[in-house]
Amino acid sequence: MLFKRSPSPHIKQNITVQDMMYKVLYALVPGTLASIYFFGWGVVFNLMIAISVCLAAEAIILKLRRRDVTDTLLDGSALLTACLLALALPSLAPWWITVIASISAIAVAKHLYGGLGFNPFNPAMVGYIVVMISFPLEMTLWSAPLGVGDGWPDFMTTFNWVFLGVLPYGETIDSISMATPIDLIKTQLNQFHDVAETRSNVEYSPLFSTISGTGWQWVNILFLGGGIWLVKKNVADWRIPTAFLISLVLISNLFSVVDYSTNSSAMFHAFSGGTMLCAFFIATDPVTASTTPRGRWIYGASIGALVYTIRSWGGYPDGIAFAVVLMNIAAPLIDYYTQPKVYGDPNR
Amino acid sequence: MKQSKALTVEKELTKIDGGLTLVAYKHLSTGAAVSSMQQSKQYIVPLQQHIGAISQPLVKTGDRVLKGQMLAKPGDLVSAAVHAPVSGLVTDIKAHDIPHASGLSDLCIFIENDFKDEWVERHPLGDDYNQTNSSSMRKIVRDAGIVGLGGATFPSSVKQTEMNVKTLILNGIECEPYITCDDVLMREHAREVISGADIIGHIIKARQCIIAVEDNKPEAIKALQSVIDEDGTGFFKIQAVPTIYPSGGEKQLIQILTGQEVPKGRYPAELGVLCHNVATAYAIHRAVHHAEPLISRIVTVTGHGVTQPQNIEVLIGTAMHTCIEHAGGYTDESDELIMGGPMMGFSLNSDALPVVKATNCLLVTAREENPHKQHHMPCIRCGKCVEVCPVRLLPQQLYWYASSQNVDRLTEHNLFDCIECGCCAYVCPSEIPLVQYYRHAKTTIWQQERERKSSDISRERHEAHQQRLDKIKREREEKLRKKRELLKKKADAQADDKGSSNKSSKQAAIAEAIARAQAKKTERNKNKETG
Repeated sequence: MLFKRSPSPHIKQNITVQDMMYKVLYALVPGTLASIYFFGWGVVFNLMIAISVCLAAEAIILKLRRRDVTDTLLDGSALLTACLLALALPSLAPWWITVIASISAIAVAKHLYGGLGFNPFNPAMVGYIVVMISFPLEMTLWSAPLGVGDGWPDFMTTFNWVFLGVLPYGETIDSISMATPIDLIKTQLNQFHDVAETRSNVEYSPLFSTISGTGWQWVNILFLGGGIWLVKKNVADWRIPTAFLISLVLISNLFSVVDYSTNSSAMFHAFSGGTMLCAFFIATDPVTASTTPRGRWIYGASIGALVYTIRSWGGYPDGIAFAVVLMNIAAPLIDYYTQPKVYGDPNR
Repeated sequence: MKQSKALTVEKELTKIDGGLTLVAYKHLSTGAAVSSMQQSKQYIVPLQQHIGAISQPLVKTGDRVLKGQMLAKPGDLVSAAVHAPVSGLVTDIKAHDIPHASGLSDLCIFIENDFKDEWVERHPLGDDYNQTNSSSMRKIVRDAGIVGLGGATFPSSVKQTEMNVKTLILNGIECEPYITCDDVLMREHAREVISGADIIGHIIKARQCIIAVEDNKPEAIKALQSVIDEDGTGFFKIQAVPTIYPSGGEKQLIQILTGQEVPKGRYPAELGVLCHNVATAYAIHRAVHHAEPLISRIVTVTGHGVTQPQNIEVLIGTAMHTCIEHAGGYTDESDELIMGGPMMGFSLNSDALPVVKATNCLLVTAREENPHKQHHMPCIRCGKCVEVCPVRLLPQQLYWYASSQNVDRLTEHNLFDCIECGCCAYVCPSEIPLVQYYRHAKTTIWQQERERKSSDISRERHEAHQQRLDKIKREREEKLRKKRELLKKKADAQADDKGSSNKSSKQAAIAEAIARAQAKKTERNKNKETG
C-alpha cells in the first residue's frame, strides 16, 4: 500500500493565530464597555468607523495583492487593529480623523510592509501617530466623563458633531469636550499651578477620583483585568506588561517622592490614559515587540520609561503611541543582543 | 580530574528547559504481551541500518546462509555488521527502498526462507564475561551488529569507551507518544535488561548504573526494581523521571539526572556518563549469553489507523505490511504510515519496506488526526516556540533566517544545536512546519560546506600542481645553469691550462701555412723560368 508523506511532527497542539486574535478581542470587552459607559456614544462611533474602514482597507489591499481575502479577513488581526485604534482615539474625534488613522494603520503600516507578521511597527499606533501629528487640536477632543458636569453629550449631539461637524445652537466644542487629567495637569503646571492645586480646584476636582481620573481609573482597571486573563490564557506574554508597569511605577514614584508638587503619583500614572491598554494589548503585539525572553523585559521597561518621559516633558497629551513605535524600532537590535545561551554553551 | 564530577543523583532532579506534556496513547498497545509472528517467505536486509559506513557483503547471490550468520561486515570503524534473520538462500543483492527520512533506496540482501530455522554454530560466553577484557567484549558487541536501539542506531561498541566513565545511564524513558516497545521489554525482560546493563558496566568499568524510566511506566519500574532488589550489589539504581517530552533525548536525560549540560560539541563521557537504551542492553545480553546477533527487535505497531495495536517481536528484514497484517490490518480511517513516534518519526510512502534495527514503532495515523494544512499562516513572533524549546534556541528567529537563507545568522543562532524534537512546530499557532525549515537549512549549509571544501581541495590541488610545475621548471633551470657553469668552468680551466702554447701553435700553423704557400709559389716561379 502506498501513502502520502508529510514532515514531522505528525501531531499538533490545537491553537491557531485566529484563536489568539479573538481571545485578545474578548479580553478587550470589559474595558471597552467601561469606555462607552464613561465617555459615551463617541466611543461607539469610533469603533464603528474604525472597524468598517480597517476591514474594507484590508479587503481591498488583499485583493490588490492577489491574496485570499476571506481567510485573512477572518484571522481577526485587522479587527483587533481597528479596536485598539478606536479605543486610543479621543471620543469626540471627527469621522475623518478615524478614517485617516485607519487607512494609515492597515494600508500603510501593515500591508505596505508585507501584511501580518511582517510589519515592523504597530499598525494601530502608526495610525494614531499620523493623526496626532497632523491634527493635534482634534486629538484632544475627549468628552467629559460620566459624573463630571453634564457628562458626555447625547446621541444626536455626538452624531451631528462626529459625522457632520455641527454643534447645537450656541454651543462650542469646548463646552462639550474636556481635557484629560494627564493633559490638564500638564497645562496647569505650565501656568505654575502645582498638582495639588489643580486637583483641589473647584472647577477641576470632579475630574479626579481616588486612584486617578474619574472614569479613566475604571477603564484602566477593567483593561488590567482583561489583560491578566489574557496572560493567564498564555495568549499575551507576561514579561512585557510586567516590565512596563514596574518601570512606569518605579520612575513615576521616584519623581513624585522627590517632588510631589510637580509630579503625579505612581498610581495616577498606572491608571491614567492608555496605560493598561498599552501594557496588555498594544506593547504585547508579538509581531512588533521584542521576541526573546530577556529582550521582552528590556522592551517593556523601556516603553515604561518613554511613556513617563513623554507624558511629563513632551508636548503630547499621552506618550503611549510614540513610546511603542520608538521601541518597535529598537526591537530587532534588542533581539539580536539578547539571544539566550543554548544548551551546553561554554559561556553559560 | 573530571572524575570527581561523577553523578550526585540522590539530589533532586533537574527540569529540562521547555518541553511538552503530550497525550501519550500508550495504553493502545500495552494491553497484551509481546506477540511473535509467523516467519515470512522473504527477508530484505539492508546493508545500511546504522550511522556510519555501509557494511560490506560477505555473501553472494546463490549462497545458502544459516540463521544468525554474518551477511555483511562493518565497512569501517563506525559501522555495524548485519546478520541473516533466518536460514535460507541469498536470492539477490540489489538496491531496494529502505525506511529512511530521505526516502532513498540502498543495497539490500534478499533472503529466501527455507523454514528450517537452522542456526549458525554458536558459542555463548555466558557468565565468563567478568573475566574477559573490555576490548574482547567490545568485539562480541561489534560482531553481533548491535547499534543504539533508541533511534540513533550508532554502533554500540564504538560508544563503549572506557575513558573516565563512572556512571552508566540506561535510558528507559521512551517519551514519544504511542511507542511502548521499551516499556513492554522492561516489563517482560527486566532480568535480561539488567543483565545487559551489567555487561556494559563491565565493559566501560562503570561504578554505578542508573536506570531512568518515565513515571508513566509503573509496571516497568516495578519489574526492574524486583530484579535490582534480588541483585543487591548496589550497582543499579532506578530513577523515575517526570513525564515530559523530550526527556528521552540523551542530552536532556543527562541534564535531568545530573543537572549538568553536555558541553557544546563534546561527548557525555566528558561528564563521566554514558547512555545506552534498554533495548540495546537487552540485545547485548542476548549476544553474550546466547551468542545471538541482533536479528530481531520489538516493534510497536499502533495508532488509530491499525485494527489491533500491539507489540510484536519482529525479525529484521520483515516487510512492514506483514507486521500491520499481524496487527489486524488497517482501519478504514488509516492515513499515514510513520516509522517512529508522532513527534520525530518520519512518514513512509510504502509499507513494502523492511523493518530495520531502528524500527521501534510503526504508527498508522487516522485521517482526522492529520494536522497538516495546505498553507500556513505567517509567523507572528509570539514566542511560544521559545517557551518549549529544550535547547533554548529562538525558533522564530531561526525560521526567519532559514526563509531568507541567511547562513551567518543561522549559525549565530545555533541552528546546528537543534535536536529536531518538534516541540516548536507542535505549539506554533501559525502551524509552520518549523523542523522542516531547519532540516532544509541544515542540508543546504552542509551542501555549501561540501562544495566549498571540494572547491578548496581542487584549488589546493591546482596550486600544488602549479607549484610542482614551477619547482620542476626551477630545478631544470638550476640544472641547466649549473651545467652551463660547469662547462664554462671547464672551458676556462682548459684555457688557463694550455693558454700560451695554444696560441703559439696556432700562429705556428699559420706561419707554416704561409711558409708552405711561399715555398709553392717560388717553386712555380722556378718552373716557369725553367719551362
